[in-house]
Amino acid sequence: MVTTDRHETINKTQPEGTFTMSPCHPVTVSPCCRVTLSPSHRVTVSPHTALPGPHDILRRTLPNGITVLARENWSAPSVVLEGYLLVGNLDEPEHLTGLTSYTSSMLSRGTRRRSFAEISETIEAVGASIGFGADRHTTSFSTKSLAEDIDLVLDVLADELRAPAFPLDHVEKVRGLRMTAIAERENDTRQMASLAFRELMFGAHPLGRNMLGTRQTNAAIQRDALVEFYETFYRPQGMVIAVVGALPAEAAVAKVAAAFGDWTGDRPVRPALPPVPALDGVRERRVAMPDKSQSDIILGWPAMPRLHPDFDKARLANTVLGVFGMMGRLGTNVRERQGMAYYAYSQLATNKQIGMWLAIAGVNPANVDLAIAAMLQEAQRLADERVPEDELADCKRYLTGSLPLQMETNDGVASVMVDIEWHDLGLDYVERYVEIINSLTADDVQQAAQKYLATGKYAAVVAGP
Amino acid sequence: MSELNPIRKITLDNGLTVVLREMHHAPVASFWIWYRVGSRNEHAGITGISHWVEHMLFKGTPTYPQGEFDKAVAREGGMFNGMTWIDFTTYFETLPSDRIDLALRVESDRMANAIFDPAETDLERTVIISERQGNENDPNFLLGEALQAAAFQAHSYHHSVIGWQCDLETMTRDQLYAHYRTFYAPNNAVVAVAGDFEGDALLARINALFGAIPAGPARPPFTAQEPLQRGERRVTVEGPGTTAYLEIAFRAPRATDPDYHAMVVLDSILGGAKGMSLWGGGTANRSSRLYKALVETELAADADCSMSSTIDPYLFSFSATVREGRSIQEVEAAMLAEIERVMAEPVSEAELAKAIKQTRAQFAYSSESVTDQGYWLGFSEVVADVGWFESFLDKLAAVTVADVQQVARARLQPKLRTVGWYVPAADGADDEDDQVTR
Repeated sequence: MVTTDRHETINKTQPEGTFTMSPCHPVTVSPCCRVTLSPSHRVTVSPHTALPGPHDILRRTLPNGITVLARENWSAPSVVLEGYLLVGNLDEPEHLTGLTSYTSSMLSRGTRRRSFAEISETIEAVGASIGFGADRHTTSFSTKSLAEDIDLVLDVLADELRAPAFPLDHVEKVRGLRMTAIAERENDTRQMASLAFRELMFGAHPLGRNMLGTRQTNAAIQRDALVEFYETFYRPQGMVIAVVGALPAEAAVAKVAAAFGDWTGDRPVRPALPPVPALDGVRERRVAMPDKSQSDIILGWPAMPRLHPDFDKARLANTVLGVFGMMGRLGTNVRERQGMAYYAYSQLATNKQIGMWLAIAGVNPANVDLAIAAMLQEAQRLADERVPEDELADCKRYLTGSLPLQMETNDGVASVMVDIEWHDLGLDYVERYVEIINSLTADDVQQAAQKYLATGKYAAVVAGP
Repeated sequence: MSELNPIRKITLDNGLTVVLREMHHAPVASFWIWYRVGSRNEHAGITGISHWVEHMLFKGTPTYPQGEFDKAVAREGGMFNGMTWIDFTTYFETLPSDRIDLALRVESDRMANAIFDPAETDLERTVIISERQGNENDPNFLLGEALQAAAFQAHSYHHSVIGWQCDLETMTRDQLYAHYRTFYAPNNAVVAVAGDFEGDALLARINALFGAIPAGPARPPFTAQEPLQRGERRVTVEGPGTTAYLEIAFRAPRATDPDYHAMVVLDSILGGAKGMSLWGGGTANRSSRLYKALVETELAADADCSMSSTIDPYLFSFSATVREGRSIQEVEAAMLAEIERVMAEPVSEAELAKAIKQTRAQFAYSSESVTDQGYWLGFSEVVADVGWFESFLDKLAAVTVADVQQVARARLQPKLRTVGWYVPAADGADDEDDQVTR
């Protein structure tokens, strides 16, 4: 949900599923290694008292409509802050696609009190970071710092969110970065597959929009449009901020209130989205990228919204299909049994509206048809055959047992708290989650596969030679 | 504020080094095993063999047949992975702390009992070639691989970890197995564990499971040394796309070199402090010298530098993505001007203080995660020793402005550099729909 903006290559997709070792200080390690996938769900749980819940999350709503969540963690002298505003690319006009991410990139480019250079120097001098990310419904932000620097970081964050200046020279600097990001995307098989897939799945529907936009839309976005978009939609109503780390929870709330409590105003109501046209057959597209060594495949189906009663069944079915162990049944079939791919996995991406249930693989161009056949075969098998009880039990244990790991760091806890708030799941969600997963059956998995993974109605994109 | 517990280091009778740090902030523990073998220990004909062996260790033992290990860890709610790098091969499992014994059982088992079934070996050949082809889709991989090959002539840092395609096509099961038998032994390994455990009890279990594995033969002697570079080298890679990339590499000091910490400071001043988490992070570098000189001036879309901590001298490299409408020549000239500046003029005390504070913050962030801690403990022991990790911040704080200028002058001379260009071969793609066919 939150992406930092370190290299300003907005929406440059992180390759899903590769274990890319980050440039560690002072070591860099190559990405030549096995793959472990993070499951597509955001929250899993085990009944451990160390897990966040109503007993240790302080939740307050400020008079201006901002929700503050705070949880203490004294194990390291650091603090993470994460949250969102209700402004996303569903708010942008179609001819200016990319306006949301362009606007969020401008927040750090200068405010009424600080220049771009002053912001960068102030934050980086203390080893802190502030990042912004644009999404469909929201614009997210996150910070990380030593606890001793939290006042400074909050002051800069509030400045960026509340008083950006949109200096004209930086509008042009950012435009150049975005154009280069688009050029790089055109030469990246994964990004091109992802872009084409969304278009194929959603067509002209607003959900089909790309976050970065095109050359044409980015050329058309001028300072006036950025300022107007900001003035119209950046409002505190509905804003959420989670603070996790070495800071007393009451103090965290007080600091957020001091930084944002006097910000007022509502954004216009977002019109309801038109219905998404049904996928009534097979849609396929090939994106020709000559001189590449590998083809990337995305094959997928429309999925339910996050709060739909089928969601948990589908989450478990997805774990069976392409997550558990070494990328689930897709990994076993495409990678282990046929040796065709380094990565082959599935992902269930859901939000407020219709989501996407995806099977993804990177294969030699000669193996594209075989890999697609294997993906469809595994989808069909999940619909035709009940999952054996031991496999079901394994996947359920994985979903409930992996929570302590996800909740280990401040970032992990903050993400879960923000997610719970976004979907209004309740502070006790983590506790309820185990019961939800444990109550699921093999019939539930089969029903979800039958309902959503129709092998005669899907969209498939191949980007490669 | 809780302080980190001390590090314990023990050597078992069979030569296995064990490094432990208890961390009780969360009910999780991370178990790492490190083997002192990587692409550094390979020669022509078997490049990529260490990485392939790493893959084969996920292909089963008699106790944990293919796929059983993955499932066992996943059903306990754990995560696992393996990684191969120039200096090492490592495997880890992070688990809820009451399940950590599973990691000890699987790692002690596959240290000695991996099967290397011939049919599975052939299936893995195509998986690894697929991995390589995925890498080849990335211009930066192609450039980095060519640059590395140009920068090293005598030393095996010459080839990339994944290995050359021709070797991946021809290596045999028996070569792989021999490599495994040569390097996978307790006297060539380090166990590092961080997290929520009781040290004495865990050590007893490690002794029980690993102590029974006999020591292997002494490692083959490693003698390669890269001769002095006697002039600038240049390499060009042509490939698809419309974006050009620049990389300029110099020889870096090894992790145990007296110049090492001054180079870390230099790296931070030029390109910002690097994150210590396995999962990303790091300080943004928009106040760094390279960003100001290359990105702020609208020559590059990003600009950075990096240095690995290695057993032998590896690379200190600068990289930039050429911004649309600019030329790689302009970007190279600006990059070289920044390098000359840091040699000619001392850095400021403020820049020095910032580099140290940034690194202190990264150390604090890394202590949130037992996985990151386990990584750092084992990594340090392999490239230097855990004392290197423990004294890192103190040694960094002792670096002076004069030290930074001295290492820059000694190591960034023009004759010592290797310059790499990725030159896009495609015509300009003004209309992105050009590339989409239906």
